[in-house]
Amino acid sequence: MKKVLMGNHAATIGAVLSRVQVVAAYPITPATQVIELIADMTAKGEYKGKFLRVESEHSAMAALLGASTAGARTFTATSSQGLAYMHELLHWVSGARLPVVMVDVNRALAAPWNLWTDQTDSLSQRDTGWLQFYCATNQEVLDTVIMAYKVSEKLLLPSMIMLDGFTLSHVYEPVDVPDQKAVDAFLPPFAPTTRLDVDNPGAFGSLETPKPYFRIRRRMAVDMDRAEALVEQVGSEFERSFGRGYGAIESYRSQDAEVSLVCSGAVGSTAKQAIDELRAEGHAAGLLRFRLFRPFPTQALKRLSRPDMKLAVVDRNYSPGHQGIFCEEIKAALYGTKGAPEVYGFVAGLGGGDITVELLKEMWHEVKNKTADPVSPLWMEDAR
Amino acid sequence: MPRLKDEPLTTPVITPSSRPMSENLTGDWRSVAPRVDGEKCTGCAICWKFCPEACVDISGETPKIDMHYCKGCGVCATECPSHCIHMSEEVVEEAAS
Amino acid sequence: MKASIAVDELMTSGHQACQGCGATLTMRYALKGLGKQTVVCLPACCWTVLSGAAPRCSIGVPLLHAPFASAAAAASGAKAGLSARGDDKTTVMAWAGDGGTYDIGIQALSGAADRNEDIIYCCYDNEAYMNTGIQRSGGTPFGAWTMTTPGKEGSPRPKKDLDAIMEAHSIPYIATATPAYPEDMVRKFAKAKSIKGFRFIHVLSPCPPGWKSDTDDTVKLSRLAVQTGMFALYEIENGKFKLNMNVAKRKPVGEYLKPQGRFRGLTPEATSVIQADVDTRWTGYAKRQANGA
Repeated sequence: MKKVLMGNHAATIGAVLSRVQVVAAYPITPATQVIELIADMTAKGEYKGKFLRVESEHSAMAALLGASTAGARTFTATSSQGLAYMHELLHWVSGARLPVVMVDVNRALAAPWNLWTDQTDSLSQRDTGWLQFYCATNQEVLDTVIMAYKVSEKLLLPSMIMLDGFTLSHVYEPVDVPDQKAVDAFLPPFAPTTRLDVDNPGAFGSLETPKPYFRIRRRMAVDMDRAEALVEQVGSEFERSFGRGYGAIESYRSQDAEVSLVCSGAVGSTAKQAIDELRAEGHAAGLLRFRLFRPFPTQALKRLSRPDMKLAVVDRNYSPGHQGIFCEEIKAALYGTKGAPEVYGFVAGLGGGDITVELLKEMWHEVKNKTADPVSPLWMEDAR
Repeated sequence: MPRLKDEPLTTPVITPSSRPMSENLTGDWRSVAPRVDGEKCTGCAICWKFCPEACVDISGETPKIDMHYCKGCGVCATECPSHCIHMSEEVVEEAAS
Repeated sequence: MKASIAVDELMTSGHQACQGCGATLTMRYALKGLGKQTVVCLPACCWTVLSGAAPRCSIGVPLLHAPFASAAAAASGAKAGLSARGDDKTTVMAWAGDGGTYDIGIQALSGAADRNEDIIYCCYDNEAYMNTGIQRSGGTPFGAWTMTTPGKEGSPRPKKDLDAIMEAHSIPYIATATPAYPEDMVRKFAKAKSIKGFRFIHVLSPCPPGWKSDTDDTVKLSRLAVQTGMFALYEIENGKFKLNMNVAKRKPVGEYLKPQGRFRGLTPEATSVIQADVDTRWTGYAKRQANGA
């Protein structure tokens, strides 16, 4: 059924359709509406699970640690400072191999205060062992929440799903809301046998010495290695059930592109317009939109790259002392690969600056004309 | 040096710890050991009640302290109302040469 | 032999506690009161070690390890998860030391109590961060030596009044207990099990290495704490205060302080301050008891 939904509400509806059992959350701009809709649906009897109005984000993730270990399907939503506050719990939940699903509404981190979209908050959590998905439309947000439960529960690793603060979270778009029966057929109930069970008592998270700890992390690495293929597989299954398919990287007119823009998040939609305009002007332009960032989709990247293609990576994020994070990871993934494309980085839109069609086209030309720097990112903005 | 990739992946995804802690014998911690004087014992079970190791067996007529676990803390001796538990240095028997 | 408390043990021997550990007696009695249908949530504290390193566990109930600051939050979530699966019978208990309760864990504790989460929270209070080697906590009493208050005068601040803080949260049950009175402690845990909503049990748990006391003095010190009035045994049920032991003729505090090396630096003036504080508190308890509030 088609509904006009704001991004935050699309996230909530995805979680409720996934029959989430325990939500523990704390409000933070611009994610608050995700939680307020849960409260509203609880009051109306539309959401029948548990809702804990915890007193902080750290406690939100701690509560989900408890609920997930008890064997319940769990959900929360947060942004920037809140995500940073739950950092130690992010490591804990993934180390404990719990399939928690969380929505992070991308927002710049203080200092100084800034409320607008910026990916550094989620990207600075990239080592915590969570799968990371970046969405470009509200439809994708709703769909990805449902798919994330399937992937996470198969893999026993948590997932975080990102949408841009304000530019997606607060924007209303038409969304095809799947019906509950169809979601139930796609996503079976969460039924772990290893959980807190008085008939089978055991301790979760007990101290491990170096040798077993090393092997436990290796186990996580092996499971992460099969996650990219699983994400593609679940994306295809979703297409068969709902008519909309998703992969690790979306390719738009990039098969024969001379230069491909590479970006993630809502900019992905803007970039399609930039590519269409460039094409209309006679240029061989294409787009690679990263949906999956963790695990890093190396297979998809290699499949979609060509030796004669140049990549213009647009990062709405920055790792101080290094580069834009997508750019540095793409370079690392392609290192040593025969026939790897040239990679150029751009940093733009930090703290919510608008990444416009004109700006993207100019970046594309910088790479085409070889005026971009293959080593350091070019920091650019639309000055109008 | 061994490579982990050459080792079969036997680590399960998640394993709760459930082997009993009683596999760990703590008797070698002690430097003094309790001895119960059965004659004076009134069977009040206070030694059992206050043992931090939960290693006193009161199923019989007199309490039996399990020396595999007793750490020699002396709480039983101090709390015994009949003063019939005494702490003293143990004589460790040398293995026959 | 006849035992005055349940004979079944849910805590096994073989744990790595120091000789004479009060915290093991506390867990032993708590589990006797609660029984098998219990889940324990454990933040960083001595019991993280006492519960055993993988692959062993020293208690016969399910146990969830959680980060230091989040005992109450993890327990809230565990209870919600069990309930969402249709299990409303299993008791969930957060089990934390004074560090994880008075200080780093106080936010989560206050939040859970404020929401009246249906959990038991037990603070086994050995009055310092013992697991990390005896550093001052909000629960350290005035004048006590610790590694971070090593000067002669010891800890300069009074012990935080945690029970008053909990009382300000409008919760159904608050109780105090200490290992020298096992029947009282077992009864309180069993009673807490039957109450719905947030239940808080504060246990004074002597620690020989941290208190610099003899290992065989643990139960004696726990008893003297009550007999001198330093630690009162009471319950507050739905706001109504009830003294379990009215120690009208209190022993002088010196009897409790003397066997503890951590109080060796106390001057006579400091001891008087401690005595005066006890006397003031007991005037308050007597008033509340008389008013039936």
